[in-house]
Amino acid sequence: MLDASPTQTALLEVNNIEVLYNHVILALKGVSLDVPKGGITALLGGNGAGKSTTLKAISNLIHSERGEVTKGSIIYDGKNVVGLDPADLVTNGVVQVMEGRHCFEHLTVEENLLTGAYTRRDGRAAIAEELELVYQYFPRLKERRKSQAGYTSGGEQQMTAIGRALMSRPKMILLDEPSMGLAPQLVEQIFEIVARLNSEQGVTFLLAEQNTNVALRYAHTGFIMENGRIVMEGSAKDLRENPDVKEFYLGMSDKGRKSFRDVRSYRRRKRWLA
Amino acid sequence: MPDTLLFAMEATLNGLTAGVMYALVALGFVLIFKASGIFNFAQGVMALFAALTLVGFQSGQIPFSHLINAIFGTRLHHFGWNMPTLLAIPATVAVMILLAILVERFILKHLINQEPIILFMATIGLAYFLEGVGDIMWGAEVKALDVGLPKGMSDTVDELTFNWFGYGFFIDRLEIWAAGIAAILVASLTIFSQYTKQGRALRAVADDHQAALSVGISLRFIWVLTWSIAGIVALVAGIMWGSKSGVQFSLSLIALKALPVLILGGFTSIPGAIVGGLIIGVGEKLFDFFMQPIVGGATENWFAYMLALVFLLFRPQGLFGEKIIERV
Repeated sequence: MLDASPTQTALLEVNNIEVLYNHVILALKGVSLDVPKGGITALLGGNGAGKSTTLKAISNLIHSERGEVTKGSIIYDGKNVVGLDPADLVTNGVVQVMEGRHCFEHLTVEENLLTGAYTRRDGRAAIAEELELVYQYFPRLKERRKSQAGYTSGGEQQMTAIGRALMSRPKMILLDEPSMGLAPQLVEQIFEIVARLNSEQGVTFLLAEQNTNVALRYAHTGFIMENGRIVMEGSAKDLRENPDVKEFYLGMSDKGRKSFRDVRSYRRRKRWLA
Repeated sequence: MPDTLLFAMEATLNGLTAGVMYALVALGFVLIFKASGIFNFAQGVMALFAALTLVGFQSGQIPFSHLINAIFGTRLHHFGWNMPTLLAIPATVAVMILLAILVERFILKHLINQEPIILFMATIGLAYFLEGVGDIMWGAEVKALDVGLPKGMSDTVDELTFNWFGYGFFIDRLEIWAAGIAAILVASLTIFSQYTKQGRALRAVADDHQAALSVGISLRFIWVLTWSIAGIVALVAGIMWGSKSGVQFSLSLIALKALPVLILGGFTSIPGAIVGGLIIGVGEKLFDFFMQPIVGGATENWFAYMLALVFLLFRPQGLFGEKIIERV
């Protein structure tokens, strides 16, 4: 669909990071990627590949899960943001939508959205404007605004989670597995809104997805992860047409190979003096 | 009207006011449990500590004077002036906020993402620590606390009920005041949590720590906030109980009375704490009233725990415990 990435400058650069959980479990083994400003970048891979950990390393939510970045750097907007408080990152324009939506169940949909504006200091009027904008993109949320989020459907919760992130007026959203547990039609709908937010509001997206097919149709560029490493990168178009990606992730082959581990030639790692 | 009914009514009224006192203590537990999932064992000691500090400020006592005297051989005791109550209360509030900051800084921060049982153990430690600090700071003797609240039998209630029923009810004026203050406290807490940004953030944290972090809510600030509020509630409870029965170590044991209230009302519900307190208060008095002729009294000491046991068997989440939302 949208194949050319809008700009060439990277808003976010992840350089050869390693992540340790509990001081012992090495979850990322040198991940490097860059996210162009104004684009949609997909981070693909199977379960346990390290997609979520990469996103949480960027937003520094790993800290509260006893994880830490032990090596490498994460440069956002020209500054190293490793170890920065999640709240500071939100203030600077990076917000994460977590896997499994994580709505505040006992708060209403509207209250959920308003918590998204927690870090903003520009007054009620500006926040009310943002709320209207979110309702414009997600008219369904406006209908359900007085319902407790815990009682809304999975799709509505995903919309609430994305809308909540939008309320902080972010430059960049880290979107973790938006398709999880949703019907194909809804997935399509969510991705369409993501694409619109990207083109109309200029929000940069880095999204982790298992649904390679959908993700590569909406993204501009993509990275494929396996076992805590990036094994391949390229424009969405190239990845879509790559025979190995087709084989491993799009299920379009009858050969027995199941992962990039079987194709050593794609091993790729930026070597930084880390 | 038959006398028994009148006596039972009086017992009920007394139970209601006593229940408010229990509810005040339970409230502090609920606030912290809701926001951080910690059962704060130190809540009772916090009430004692707050009351001690208030008395200390009021009487112009020099904090740690015993310690200073022991080390330097001085004979310090008092500043030589008395702080007016209206000044001493805000000063005590400031101390409780400082305590909240220290608790966050030295305990909670280091136990982030630990099991609830570990946090619970930490609060046990805090309880003993605070008890000791309170003693060293202000001395261990029994102190009278007087913040100017009226005490003794309420003549108004006595007269009113005498005119209506021909029998005057005995209600402690202090407990009527306690009820009023508790009502104001609950109302302001509700308004705070429902209609303010920080209150919303507090409820968000109670629902989902991770998500709260992801939208940029600082957990550390929220913890300081809840512990401060719990400290202020402890102060109110400390004032009420301290005015009633003096400020001494046994004040911290009121926490034990809060336990059945929590089991009844649910650990996560502010209205639950109030209703639970009232039920326990009334139940205790009525049970005692009706059982006295049979077992000879002294049921007040165990009735609450027995009721809690029954609740644990049949409705473990309490009357108002937060419903676990599960979609199918």
